[in-house]
Amino acid sequence: MKKVSIINGIVAPLDRSNVDTDAIIPKQFLKSIKRSGFGPNLFDEWRYLDHGEPGMDCSNRPLNKDFVLNQKQFENTKILLTRSNFGCGSSREHAPWAIVDYGFRAILASSYADIFYNNCFKNGLLPIILSEEIIEELFTLSSDQLSISLEIDLEKQIIQDSNNFKISFEIDSYRKYCLVNGLDEIGQTLKYESAISIFESSHKEKYPWLFKEIKI
Amino acid sequence: MAGKTLYDKLWDAHLVRSDENGSDLLYIDRQLIHEVTSPQAFAGLRMNHRLPRRAGANLAVADHNIPTKDREKGIEDPVSALQIQTLGDNCDEFKIPYIPMEDARQGIVHVVGPEQGATLPGMTIVCGDSHTATHGALGALAFGIGTSEVEHVLATQCLVQKKMKNMLIQVDGKLEKWVTAKDVVLTIIAKIGTAGGTGYTIEFAGQVISAMSIEERMTVCNMAIEAGARAGLIAVDQKTIDYMKDKPFAPKNEDWKLAESYWNTLTSDTSASFDKKIILNGSDIQPQVTWGTSPELSLNIHDKIPRKNPEYLNALTYMGLNESTSISDYLLDKIFIGSCTNSRIEDLRDAAQIVKGKKVASTIKLAMVVPGSGLVKKQAEAEGLDRVFKDAGFEWRDPGCSMCLAMNADRLAPGERCASTSNRNFEGRQGQGGRTHLVSPVMAAAAAINGYFVDVREIV
Repeated sequence: MKKVSIINGIVAPLDRSNVDTDAIIPKQFLKSIKRSGFGPNLFDEWRYLDHGEPGMDCSNRPLNKDFVLNQKQFENTKILLTRSNFGCGSSREHAPWAIVDYGFRAILASSYADIFYNNCFKNGLLPIILSEEIIEELFTLSSDQLSISLEIDLEKQIIQDSNNFKISFEIDSYRKYCLVNGLDEIGQTLKYESAISIFESSHKEKYPWLFKEIKI
Repeated sequence: MAGKTLYDKLWDAHLVRSDENGSDLLYIDRQLIHEVTSPQAFAGLRMNHRLPRRAGANLAVADHNIPTKDREKGIEDPVSALQIQTLGDNCDEFKIPYIPMEDARQGIVHVVGPEQGATLPGMTIVCGDSHTATHGALGALAFGIGTSEVEHVLATQCLVQKKMKNMLIQVDGKLEKWVTAKDVVLTIIAKIGTAGGTGYTIEFAGQVISAMSIEERMTVCNMAIEAGARAGLIAVDQKTIDYMKDKPFAPKNEDWKLAESYWNTLTSDTSASFDKKIILNGSDIQPQVTWGTSPELSLNIHDKIPRKNPEYLNALTYMGLNESTSISDYLLDKIFIGSCTNSRIEDLRDAAQIVKGKKVASTIKLAMVVPGSGLVKKQAEAEGLDRVFKDAGFEWRDPGCSMCLAMNADRLAPGERCASTSNRNFEGRQGQGGRTHLVSPVMAAAAAINGYFVDVREIV
């Protein structure tokens, strides 16, 4: 996984609460057996005026001009600004895959659904939790100007713009450590192989029926 | 000293190690696998030259993409066909137990697991699907995970997790007849909101929950995720133990005795404390219909659709509803009885009771019943339920996720309005532009007969 340190970029404001993973990446695109290529279909039903299917050339599709990602000033955005309970619903990791594939590196929201939040960290995507007041302030800043740019420093846990906006944010230390170092979590867990084996033997002794293999 | 909650007990029994930063390594007893969220996990194993730690601790079955009719013709959509083929190939390569489409036991992964005894009380159970919460009804710790975590469990039989907080939702009293488990859980979601359970594991308890069958409890736990909680739980009681008895993969003989005595300890201690406690009265719960595009936007059948305040504007517009009208004012286009929430034999029996001897309204374009598994289908046919539905004008399909998420050919056209026994009414969930109203099987059956929503209690 790529290391995450400083994220510098334009902020795209998506002014909605409870954005679900079905909206982030609709089900027809989940038929892919790959991890990449979901970016053109991120927010497909909001972004395009026609119905999208896998394999379509999205460059020819009619765009919903009102949708934030179709507005010129948010081109090359790297930071998604949104509201509470972002990523609720289905556990599909295709949601963070699509967000990253589109080019986003960080999300700013007042809260996230648990599974989505967890999935972000496996993909080098930084989901930052900010208070409702700060989120409101950022939406106001965004609507006052054509677009705003922010710099997110993960190591220092600071977000700032080139003017007077500067705040710190909280993040779990283990998750930060994995992002900053670009660590493979499976590799990390495999370091505890002996602890797993010891646990497994005692678990088997206590609950032998759990170790009966399924045979179809 | 404060006692332990059921969640605490399950967590402690699976704790491999704790890190000083507060994250734990948790041992996973069972992983369920389906075609949509697993191909990239297997590809990851292959890329890193890793093998499953315990292949036989997994169970795979295709459900999301699978056609629900004309199966003998194969899968028409080549992209779906490839995904299902890939699941079969991956299971072959990595020696993962796999129930193929042709097998009578095939079905929705959350129906098949308990039905086969592949998911048991006291287990930690994961699946790349948010409705894994269903299995919590057995007194197991079950939750949905992403694809990276599917790969993590395959490779290590463990997950790095942070423990959630404990929430108790207690439903006292008694439900009125024809008020169902679905109405209970929709009422709970409306009360606490779709993020109300975020960061918590919810234990459901109280007289109403105790009085429920195991299948009804599965309906409740299934939708814990719609309240934001990754896991829902219900304590083990004699019904749980009776339900597990003689299931194909349930323990036998000496193992059964050991398991039974362990399972009987799987309840929250009376002295346990919860971080949050919510109490509802069962007799207040009415048949529910969701009107919006989030499961929390639900109303009692006789209540009016809310006013057009800014918060509800998007939902009302998308759903094509006018403020302050009655939900019964709107004609329905399609009826879907199925999904991991409501496709078990008891759901079909209940719906058939309403449908028996009646006809689907002529204005309904399609009414379909999709049993949760091949075995549910077989049982329903043995009881003659298929005839009841077919005689009324329902289509009787093969098992799968079907129109709950419309990854196969079963879907709504733009603007179509559907009474659905599934779990999500998000925009586009059942087909782009489709309008979903979540209800219980008996409410869906009553709506099919009338062509619009009615209070099921008034027509029986």
